[in-house]
Amino acid sequence: MDSAAADFAAVWLTLKLATVVTILLLIIGTPIAWWLARTGSALKSVVGAVVALPLVLPPTVIGFYLLIAMGPQGPVGQLTQWLGIGLLPFTFPGLVIASVFYSLPFVVQPIQNAFEAIGERPLEVAATLRAGPWDAFWSVAVPLARPGFITGAILGFAHTVGEFGIVLMIGGNIPGKTRVVSVQIYDHVEAMEYAQAHWLAGGMVLFSFLVLLALYIFNPARRKGE
Amino acid sequence: MSREIRARLRIERCDFKLEVDLTLPGRGVTGLFGHSGSGKTTCLRAIAGLERAADGYFTVGDDVWQDEAKGLFVPPHQRALGMVFQEASLFPHLSVRGNMQFGEQRTPGSKRHFALSEVAELLGIEHLLDRSPGQLSGGERQRVAIARALLAAPQILLLDEPLAALDLKRKLEILPYLERLHRELSLPIIYVSHSPDEVARLADHLVLLEQGRVVASGPLKQVLSRIDLPATFADDAGVVIETRLAAQEADDLSRLEFSGGQILVTRRDEPLGTLLRCRIHARDVSLALVPQVQSSILNSVEATVVDLASTDTPGHVLVRLDVAGEPLLARITRRSAARLQIRPGLALKAQIKAVALLA
Repeated sequence: MDSAAADFAAVWLTLKLATVVTILLLIIGTPIAWWLARTGSALKSVVGAVVALPLVLPPTVIGFYLLIAMGPQGPVGQLTQWLGIGLLPFTFPGLVIASVFYSLPFVVQPIQNAFEAIGERPLEVAATLRAGPWDAFWSVAVPLARPGFITGAILGFAHTVGEFGIVLMIGGNIPGKTRVVSVQIYDHVEAMEYAQAHWLAGGMVLFSFLVLLALYIFNPARRKGE
Repeated sequence: MSREIRARLRIERCDFKLEVDLTLPGRGVTGLFGHSGSGKTTCLRAIAGLERAADGYFTVGDDVWQDEAKGLFVPPHQRALGMVFQEASLFPHLSVRGNMQFGEQRTPGSKRHFALSEVAELLGIEHLLDRSPGQLSGGERQRVAIARALLAAPQILLLDEPLAALDLKRKLEILPYLERLHRELSLPIIYVSHSPDEVARLADHLVLLEQGRVVASGPLKQVLSRIDLPATFADDAGVVIETRLAAQEADDLSRLEFSGGQILVTRRDEPLGTLLRCRIHARDVSLALVPQVQSSILNSVEATVVDLASTDTPGHVLVRLDVAGEPLLARITRRSAARLQIRPGLALKAQIKAVALLA
């Protein structure tokens, strides 16, 4: 594989990984955010803290424990072997699982904040208008929390694109399978291929800027008046 | 069709206790009046099922919504009720029409009793249907909220201080629509308010709540003319009388007739025969043993003293009068009561200094 094709494969893999992870995070993160926003349970702080852990832990720590858990002796590894899936480390699905953990707070927190900002009243109004809890969730809570979903999706996607340490720990560096852009840049730099590194690194800078720009355009403080 | 409402609700919280046992008429407006902290909003929320009373029994006609003795609790979304909150709480992501359709779409077709266009006309919001809630004034928003509630085909309409968040101008803009609901729909309405004027204007039946307890419940006129409840209304004690616009006088006065006589007020432009509800505050009624010809007070009616009670404003007594069957309250000083030897059975003249027309 020539260098340009390898770069392209890395970009393609990165986008695929980020898309899959973002979709999974919206599916997993939404019920967690809803629960955190509305529960009066004493467990709220504990769950909130666990979700936020990736914000403070070095990616290598999360990667290390996930590697052990998913390895041949780990509980997840035993399960996947028993299910006939084999072992997850150094595969694309393994990378997806690791990324979901790593990016969870970036999706859960904006959605949770958006749900909290809605308050009780619109849901009570919906109930007096014959909407059951499930109906009210989809017809009132989700549309009203839309800015939170947009922020969460953008942050989750961007954060997954930008990860490095955890990818290296769980995914390794297998071209076309687990070698994402950030790892590819690392390889280029190692090999003193600065020109190629510039292309990818510059692309990342531009991408990150566009993502943040989109965030600021979508979510200025203008919704406060409503 | 009897839609009598039975409510027996008990809610206990650390610093607050609500305990009510009420039978309310199945039509007309019931005013739920009390000061803040009296439990009136909690009571309404318990009726809606938004709060579950630990010990509760609630029925509208034949529909049982709560019967804790049998472990029955119908959740709010399965109760045929309409509720309007203090702030209109329109859904910002839907247009006015979308808001109005929200409940309508969730109501089975056979149960719907109004068309959207009828309700829009009733509340004067036809021209607003395609706007978004952010483009409406406070009064318009509240009217849309009422329309939205009506389209969910309620058996009962609950209004939780719908005017409290509005300025006087907006209040005056909405009141006629509320009166119209009252006149044109046979739907029972429970109206929570801490404003004696709103209650006097709209209610037919009045419930007074104090610290989570019902201190009085009955027809409006009867409750307002009780003199054993002065603490509730304090300075606002007074009666409501229903009058008919009988004649226009040459000097810009209108003559109103009621069963106990007639009163003159500054000119009203409604057609003759219009029914007008008036409020006469106890503080605006004075008593005289002989007719006062040399007085600027126009309105004087023959009255008989029924009984007296002390008030919580120092130095005053409340006198309950009978004006040809119509009750009237007067608040006079204790000294005047002694000097005139006011006692039950005494016939005298009640002079009415001011009449507040409520419509």
